[in-house]
Amino acid sequence: MNESTTLDWLVDQVMKVLEQQQAQATAPEESSTISESITAQDFRSTQIDIMDTYSRVEELPPSLTDPIQHSNVPEPKWAEGMEELLASTPARIGVWRTGTRPLTSTMLALRNAHAAAIDAVFSEVSPALLQEMNLFTVETHYENMETFLRRPDKGRLITDSGVALMKDKCILKPQVQVVIADGLSANAIESNLKDVYPALMNALKVYGLSCGTPFFVKGGRVGCMDHIGEILQPEVLVLLIGERPGLVSSESMSAYMCYRPHVGTVESDRTVISNIHRGGTPPIEAGAHMGTVLHKMLEQQASGVKLVM
Amino acid sequence: MKTKMTLLGKTYQFQSLKEIMAKANEEKSGDQLAGIAAQDHTERMAAKAALAEATLADIRNEPLLPPEQDEVSRVIEEQLNEKIYGEIRNWSIAELREYLLRPSTGQPEIIRLSRGLTSEMIAAVAKLMTNLDLIQAAAKIEVLTHCNYTIGQKGVLSGRAQPNHPTDDILGIKAALYEALSYGIGDAVIGVNPVIDTTDSVREVLKMTKEVMHTWEIPTQNCVLAHVTTQMRAIRQGAPADLIFQSLAGTQAGNKAFGIHEKLLDEADDLIRRDGTAAGPNLWYFETGQGSELSAEAHHGIDQVTLEARCYGLARKYKPFLVNTVVGFIGPEYLYDNKQVMRAGLEDHFMGKMHLLPMGVDVCYTNHMKADQNDMDNLAVLLAAAGVNYLIGVAMADDCMLNYQSTSFHDIATVRELFGLRPAPDFEMWLERFGLMQNGRLTAHAGDPTLFM
Repeated sequence: MNESTTLDWLVDQVMKVLEQQQAQATAPEESSTISESITAQDFRSTQIDIMDTYSRVEELPPSLTDPIQHSNVPEPKWAEGMEELLASTPARIGVWRTGTRPLTSTMLALRNAHAAAIDAVFSEVSPALLQEMNLFTVETHYENMETFLRRPDKGRLITDSGVALMKDKCILKPQVQVVIADGLSANAIESNLKDVYPALMNALKVYGLSCGTPFFVKGGRVGCMDHIGEILQPEVLVLLIGERPGLVSSESMSAYMCYRPHVGTVESDRTVISNIHRGGTPPIEAGAHMGTVLHKMLEQQASGVKLVM
Repeated sequence: MKTKMTLLGKTYQFQSLKEIMAKANEEKSGDQLAGIAAQDHTERMAAKAALAEATLADIRNEPLLPPEQDEVSRVIEEQLNEKIYGEIRNWSIAELREYLLRPSTGQPEIIRLSRGLTSEMIAAVAKLMTNLDLIQAAAKIEVLTHCNYTIGQKGVLSGRAQPNHPTDDILGIKAALYEALSYGIGDAVIGVNPVIDTTDSVREVLKMTKEVMHTWEIPTQNCVLAHVTTQMRAIRQGAPADLIFQSLAGTQAGNKAFGIHEKLLDEADDLIRRDGTAAGPNLWYFETGQGSELSAEAHHGIDQVTLEARCYGLARKYKPFLVNTVVGFIGPEYLYDNKQVMRAGLEDHFMGKMHLLPMGVDVCYTNHMKADQNDMDNLAVLLAAAGVNYLIGVAMADDCMLNYQSTSFHDIATVRELFGLRPAPDFEMWLERFGLMQNGRLTAHAGDPTLFM
């Protein structure tokens, strides 16, 4: 048995435990959320009147409502073929037209998705969540949203008071340092942190890795890992950060991991797990996978392209 | 060259042409991020005034990036016609602007003039032009190119079918392609951005698109927009590619970040000529976009408009079939809002056309930019007025693979009807035979993707 099989086995064990815990924790909530028992698959293929879908929106997890996909073509040459096409892609096809313009429902669906994406960029992670997760907050030099978007460099540097706070509250030179940042989508943190974080902690426990003091960075970019690395000097650092939102999901999170991050770390020295959200890499699975990656980083004393997975 | 300018009682002393070129730009967040933009509106106007008085010779004599240090500079220099340059070397940039806008200056005059201009000179005049200037001057220039079929005629607006899929699923790509074709889109190219940059994947998508073209006898060309080296491997293994694609940067270091250099492009050029499936002579598809050099830390302190022009200088060497600027893809740190994206779209289109390139524009934005679909509607209309060769067609403008929004099949069809523009002639004849178009208008059948099943 080689080493990677052992690791896979470990990940499987972690996953099993987590799935059980998750099932217990969310079972009642889930049954009430999807009360009309419309599954994702049904929702995509059923021809539901647009106003009807709007009335149901509140009952469905948001990731299932975008894009709304059913054929509007009045008399397609081959109706069954249309179903096959729709099932094959999330692209907004079979939408039909009024003259050369899209139908009102299709146009509004696109604008809805964009509105959600913009709101995700301009939203903030709620203090309640941070309190619940027991995370204190440091800020970067981002100043305000406009500066944050215009000047990625400012989101890479923690303020002096933030540095003082880190030094005061955090264990220095931890084996694993976990940091959470809003990045370009607070939604991503709101939607995924509660699932990812315990999964990650469990995975670290399984590998026998010790964890420093986690905290939240407001106005953070990926590069803030380097500054934090200089201050706290962890062996490995994992940053959970909101991705640039797309229309399919505004809840997508990434985990950037780096062995001994420092100022001057290049992009190719970071390992990333991206697309973490309910419709992509499931958050719990991602948390467990991170544990495996961090373990390998410590073992190989490397990250990014130098890491052999 | 005059480097000292007094404006509204204040005197500005500029240190170099590089500084004047940067500060003369309309406001761009990328130039501000690079720390080279004008401090305020008056300084910007002082820089424009200095640039207006500079001559073409001033620009040639003070290279922003010497040809000995950068192969893009060398390629631009090597293409210059010294006789034509010699005739105009004492023109000021202001005179160049006025020459371009004069009614007596038309297509033949601009074609000749273009051969005597470097990319930096073209960038300089763009900085002095208003949006309407950029539209009017560009509209004079007709650039025809031929791969399997000819596009670019006056009165023609083509569309690229961009049927991307988040996992390169062959049926999924076909589905969006059928939708595109049913709206009369795909005459520029059937061009797929792959998620998986492997030889096998690229070959499969090239084969599938070619099969669809054969099955329905569609007069167009195919392309898979993987890295050029991946396409080369696929073509060597017999994949049917009409066009070969690559993204370009305006400096050698920027191209290095893209994993390319002039020799590699030469090699790819040779390969597509020998082993490509199209008639030619135009066999390249290039994409560019303001900001990529800064993003790769390869900008040498040069502003993003000038660097963009230098991309076109490099592209011109390979006589491409299509060039487009992916104008709003890179994000708000380079183009902050709708105003900056619109300006950049018009600048890029004009500068590309001044290089006699077949310019299309990917009128687009990301969700962290201050822009929305209404802004794209506006820019698409402005570009149609400017005579853009083609626009990008994505199902409902929402690219489910690249996670950004562009222009839709509906948008291209609408702009065509508004301006009385047609698809490329061969493609329009095919649409008519297929019953999708009549007298330049979509028929009742248009919009049904199952027509192709």
